[in-house]
Parts: sequence; C-alpha cells; structure tokens
Amino acid sequence: MSVEFCGLRLAHPIINGSGTFDAIAARGAFGAALDTAFPFAAYVSKTITLEPRAGNPPPRLWESPAGLVNSIGLPNKGLAGYLAEDLPQLGGYLCDPLASADGASHRVPVITNVMGSTGEELRALVEACDDPETIAAIELNVSCPNVRTGLDIGADPAQLETVVAGLRESTGKPLIVKLTPNAADVPACAQAAEAGGADAVSLINTLRAMALAPGRAGARPWLGGGTGGLSGPAIRPVALAQVAAVAARVAIPVVGMGGVQSAAHAREMLDVGATLVAVGTESFRDPAAGVRIAAGLL
Amino acid sequence: MSAQPAGARPGRRAVRVTANEQLGAYNVLRVDDPQMGELQAGQFAMLAAVERWGGGEDERPFLARAFSVARHHDGESSYLLEDVGPGTRRLCELAAGDELWVLGPLGSGFTAPPQGRRAILVGGGVGIAPLAILQDALSAAGGAVSVLLGFRDEARVPGAGLLRDAELATDDGSAGHHGLVTDLLERELRSDPDAVVYACGPAGMLEGVRAICERDGVPAQLALEAGMACGFGACFGCVVPRRGGGYLRVCVDGPVIDAAELDRVELHAGAPA
Repeated sequence: MSVEFCGLRLAHPIINGSGTFDAIAARGAFGAALDTAFPFAAYVSKTITLEPRAGNPPPRLWESPAGLVNSIGLPNKGLAGYLAEDLPQLGGYLCDPLASADGASHRVPVITNVMGSTGEELRALVEACDDPETIAAIELNVSCPNVRTGLDIGADPAQLETVVAGLRESTGKPLIVKLTPNAADVPACAQAAEAGGADAVSLINTLRAMALAPGRAGARPWLGGGTGGLSGPAIRPVALAQVAAVAARVAIPVVGMGGVQSAAHAREMLDVGATLVAVGTESFRDPAAGVRIAAGLL
Repeated sequence: MSAQPAGARPGRRAVRVTANEQLGAYNVLRVDDPQMGELQAGQFAMLAAVERWGGGEDERPFLARAFSVARHHDGESSYLLEDVGPGTRRLCELAAGDELWVLGPLGSGFTAPPQGRRAILVGGGVGIAPLAILQDALSAAGGAVSVLLGFRDEARVPGAGLLRDAELATDDGSAGHHGLVTDLLERELRSDPDAVVYACGPAGMLEGVRAICERDGVPAQLALEAGMACGFGACFGCVVPRRGGGYLRVCVDGPVIDAAELDRVELHAGAPA
C-alpha cells in the first residue's frame, strides 16, 4: 500500500491535516506508545508563522450539526521557536506501525506548514525550512489575507501564482500549496499553484463559518475571532467535489481532505484523484483514527 | 498521586456500562474499564456513546465530551453526569450493557498538600466529581481533609452523597448554609490559614475561590472546565488566559491548574454540553 508522493515513499496514503494533531502534546498524553504507533504516514505540523502568535481569544470552538466551527487563530511559537524547540522532538521519533517491507521507511516524514502575510515573510519561512534535514516537505497555508489588499492570497489565482513562483527558488524541497475552499474558482487556484511551481496541492481547508452566542439578548458572534472555519463530516461532500475538480485540472499530486471518517470515505477521495488523504477533525474524536482508516484501506 | 501516570493508550476504546444510577438531578455512570489503569485524582476522560451519538438537538452531539473521573477502583470507573445538552443527555440515557467510547486518562491531576497541611476541597454542582477520587486518595494517605460542597437547589443536594462528611451550602437554602460555598471556605480559612485548597465547580465559584485564596495567600489548585474537541492538545480549542499573557490549554496544561497561573477564571459556558 506504500505511496510515492513528491519523491517521498510513504507507508500508506493517510496523513493528518495541518493543525489537527500535535505530535508533541500527544506524546505527553499517550507516552512512548505514540512513537511506535504514530497514526499517520506523514506528520504535518501546525501552521508556523515568522513571529510567535498567541491565537484568538476564546471561545474558539462551536459544535454544529455533524461538524465543528473553530476559530483558533494559528497559535504557534514562531519560526525560531519551532526550529529550536519542536523540530528536534519530531525528527526520527515517529514510527509508522503500518510501514511494510516494500521500501517505506518506518520513520514518519515531517511536513512543515508555514504562513506569511507578505512574499518576504513567506520567503524567510521557506528558506529557513529548506535547511533542516528533518523537514521533508513544506506546505504553504495561503488562507491568509494579503496585508495590502485584504484578499486571501490563495483565493486569487494571479496573486497565488506570483507568490508560489517567488518561493520556488527558495527551496529544493517539495512545496505543497494548501488551497482555500473560500474562493470563486478553486480549480483555477490549483492551476495557478501548479503554474507557479508547486509540487502538490492540498484541499480543502475549513469553510468560512459563523455561530451566534445562545440567547436572544442581541445577536453577537460566539467565537472570539468573530468567524471561524467549518470542518467535519458536514463538509465532506463539498470537499469531494472540490478535490475531484482540482484533480481533473492539475497534473501534480493532490492531497484530499474534508470530513473523512472512514476507509470508505478515504477511498472516495482516492477514487476522484487524490494521491494522499488527510484526516483532521475525526482525529479529535479518536486519536487513532488515522491508523484505523489506513488499516481499512489494506 | 504524585507519580506521573504512564499515559493513556493512543486511541479510544469501547467499554461496557455496568450501571447508571440516579443521584437527585445527577446520574452516576459506571463502566467496566480496567484499561484506565493508574490515574491521578483530577484527570479526565473523553466520553461518547458508541450508538446514537448524534441526531439529538441540532443534530448533535458530534464531539466526545470531557468528564473528570469521579472514581476508579477494581477496574470500574465512575463519572458524574448532569443533563445540560444533547451530549450529556445521551450519556444520561445509557443503561447497563450499553457501550461507551472512552479516551483517557488525560491531563494532569491534583498534587497532594505538603506533609501536615489540611486539604480543603471546595466543589460546586456537577464539578464535585474529581473531588470524590481526591478525597479517597488524600484520606488513604492519612491526610486531614475537609469537604465543602455547594448546590443550586434541593434536587441537586443528593449529589453530596458522592463524597463523605461534606458540609453543604445551597442557593435556595434547602440544605446547609443558605448562601455560597465560598462563604464556608472563608470561615474555614480563618480557623486554619495553613490549609491548601482544591476546587472544582462553575466558573463563578472558581473565581470566588481563586480571589479568596489570592487575598489570603493560600495555595489553590483549580480543576477547570472548558469545551474541548479532542482532550489531548491537538485542537487548541480549550484555552484560558494565563497570567502574564498567552493561553493555557485546559486539556494538557490542566485541567488542574495552580490558581497563581490565572489572573481570573473566565470560562465560557455553553460550549459543547
């Protein structure tokens, strides 16, 4: 079942979505058992930004029908903290229990997800990730407003192509562009990422969503961040449609995600053209969801 | 109680409900769960019914719900429940023989008081749960323990039966002191200022405990509650502001947090119940 993805040989096609699994916190909760039974074939980090971020004020979560609206706000230690404190804890530890004898390493590759609000910030992040051997690939979170235009970088194909092209020379490592679903023409954005030199695209990120605080005493948003992103089984049909449309449009590999809870759901993503499938919200309900889904694909 | 537990299995497990007993407005859910193993008082588990989890009010619940382990011995865990939303409602319906998903033990628990100092346990409502296992552990270690519990009304007073020798306060005056449980705490601290305080309950009560203990220079450990999606540090959804800036994740930095780490207790009721 091993899979070739951007030059990496993975034990199986199931990885985590960025921001939905914290390998270091999980090791604290589950101990060394996690290292020998890591639930994913590759580990995608939370989004790393140049400077540390505390994240959004709570409340950060709202449970909705078959889903979750979150407004976390990308809390992270910043690039320097990530490289100095987190990365050394990730390299070489995580082992895939499903790695087989057909050439897949037991070591779980680390994919570092980064976000910047300007081309210069992104370049600094990508250049810094180019060096450490532990980082196998870089994922760009482009669901970030351009500080000048206010538009999400990833929602405008022309802007996205320029940004990706500007980063292509900064690294020889695989560059994965995490597309936003909150765009008028997602396949056009995927095509722009490919034209800019991306090695792969991943989708879907969460769908922009809102929840109001309970009670009738004046409507106000529940989430501290105002709006959030919807994930979970509620978005799976939307995700399937976008993954299918993107896979039909680009030649580079596609990482499909959105509401996947079972091997059957993962199989659907693969059937419409995904090379890998990421699991996110389902891991919140069961940290072993990734390995359960991967085992179900065997 | 001070030894760091080995950690939970990295996956949820299905366990069998052995009993679901009414305790006034509360339910005590018992499950056969030998894999819970050794745990610290104050640790919690994420619970979800195996069957029919979803399809309630607003097509919820979807996420598992966090509960303090109220007791665990001879391979059986118990949890204190109150029906306050679609998740807790479904859990309250479970009967002996039904299956429950459990992930745990999770988080960090209470730390025993220094030798010779009395522990004052302050609980409110369904938040009394982790104080039951704490009372067992402290009593077994031979320490002096006082228990102060507050309830809203007569229907909830039977919850006090979960602990031993509790002094009560009620909002409606139906049992014990007519007023706040923090009134009882102030009285106790006047007579024993060397005590160490352990508290769990609604945000308002915890903030009262925190403010009293800060004023009197009394160490306090607060077991916090927050809506959480995962329980093991993945979602970053359950944060509370930390004194001096930034946030603490209730699931992995707590749920038991030293009161000195907080400027105030600000919790957000209403997140998944």
